[in-house]
Amino acid sequence: MKSLSATLTIPIMAADRGQAAAVETLTASQGDLKITTRQLHFFYGEQQALFDNNLEIARNRVTAIIGPSGCGKSTHIRVYNRIYELYGDQRASGEVLLDGNNILSPGYDLMELRRKVGMIFQKPTPFPMSIFDNVAYGLKMHYRLSRGELADRVEEALSRAAIWDEVKDHLRQPGTAISGGQQQRLCIARALAVAPEILLMDEPTSAIDPIATARIEELINTLKATYTIVIVTHNMQQAARVSDYTAFFYQGHIVEFGPTQRIFTAPTNKQTEDYITGRFG
Amino acid sequence: MKPRPAAGRRLANLVVSSLATGSALLGMLILAWIVWVVVSRGLGAFNLAFFTQLPTPPGMEGGGLANAIVGTLVMTLLATLVAVPLGLMAGVYLAEFAQGSRLADNTRFSANVLIGMPSIIIGIFAYALVVVPLGRFSGYAGIVALAIIMLPIAARTTEDMLRLVPNTLREAALALGAPRWRITLSIVFRAAKAGLITGILLAVARVSGETAPLLFTALNSPYMMTSLGQPTPNLTVTIFNYAMSPYPDWQQKAWGASLLITGGVLALTLFTRHTLRERKT
Repeated sequence: MKSLSATLTIPIMAADRGQAAAVETLTASQGDLKITTRQLHFFYGEQQALFDNNLEIARNRVTAIIGPSGCGKSTHIRVYNRIYELYGDQRASGEVLLDGNNILSPGYDLMELRRKVGMIFQKPTPFPMSIFDNVAYGLKMHYRLSRGELADRVEEALSRAAIWDEVKDHLRQPGTAISGGQQQRLCIARALAVAPEILLMDEPTSAIDPIATARIEELINTLKATYTIVIVTHNMQQAARVSDYTAFFYQGHIVEFGPTQRIFTAPTNKQTEDYITGRFG
Repeated sequence: MKPRPAAGRRLANLVVSSLATGSALLGMLILAWIVWVVVSRGLGAFNLAFFTQLPTPPGMEGGGLANAIVGTLVMTLLATLVAVPLGLMAGVYLAEFAQGSRLADNTRFSANVLIGMPSIIIGIFAYALVVVPLGRFSGYAGIVALAIIMLPIAARTTEDMLRLVPNTLREAALALGAPRWRITLSIVFRAAKAGLITGILLAVARVSGETAPLLFTALNSPYMMTSLGQPTPNLTVTIFNYAMSPYPDWQQKAWGASLLITGGVLALTLFTRHTLRERKT
């Protein structure tokens, strides 16, 4: 952490529309960057939602994306696994480099991309099947496993998501029968099962209670040793608690990006300051 | 400003609510009345012979409608086997793959028109399509007519039921790397199972009471069917013929057949409601 922040430089990048954007670039060696986004523009039909997003996601760190509703936070991370392609009228332009390869290029293997990049949604989304089958779903798709191996991998994933002890005695129950907080950890287990490298979390705790939220934040802290995590959150305390870096989005622009501690104590941009001090949003 | 008198408001409320309640009760009353008449007149026709024996010649007492019961069951079953897979797949196309294409709009429009089409027209169409070329009335022609009636119902119900499945579920499966066809079969169908079964059973209930399309196609026959290439006995046309006959015994059998169909449709409807309710809890 120390060595990475020591190599940070703070160039001011000229953004369009006359907004002075303070975007720090992580000039750490390429090996420490998991995702590099360059000149990303995004469109819902005719309407542009993201403007010239440039962002660097550090490996094995938690990067938080904050900003008011409709600012493009979710839209931005939905590019990382190209899930927006479910809808015919949405498109992205620019470059998103995952380990140096542009995932937006048409030749990129989508199935492999989505194995590498897991996603957790705002509302827990257990499939209409048993707890076991929920976790096995992705595994069976990506790997050829014997029944024994499958059971081992399911147990391992549930353990990593810190829910094994709660569900080990009723793996055959439907995934929808457990509490909301447990469902969300089940979804995390399901994502971890296929051995991803990155976890995208789109407001993962906004639909669950404070105690379950605390458990998930704890989990994020342990998971970052193994995974690179990008979390979209409405809750600024949460961003401050769990993240190493924070990006502030406003109206589709990345207004400010830098180490979380600095963003929350000494924001260089007036809009960022207004937002984190609660003057708008 | 003078407040309006409360008495006037109360009176208006009373008038409107009693009109609405009265209309609702009227609908229920008519159903109850029909059921009462059919049961009271039809029950007397039920005996073992009614279900097991063939019709007697005109004017002779006794006999039964075993042939018509078998014919209706066979034709309805085969029409279901033809129409449901096609309708299911058309519905999948409309809900999952079309993404607002012109083909989808036209298909949906055609299906809606077809659902509203008087069934006698579909009977004439099947007559021209099957009966004329083959040179005789046949069970096949009846099956074609019934299948044409079921097809748009199955397609539209499937589409509606699949659309009820929240997109978050599709996104969650997509984020794990699942291809579209796999999501449809393993997640969306499973989530919509109760609705799909309901739709199919309601379509079956609908065609099992159709008379007009069979009048020009399957016609009727006093014998047990041996092949679908011949006029095929069925309950609804039997009701039509027997009810207009001058023989009291036949008239009573027509009531009995009416009771059988009413009971069957009612049982199917209640069963579907039951499966739906079971799924919700």
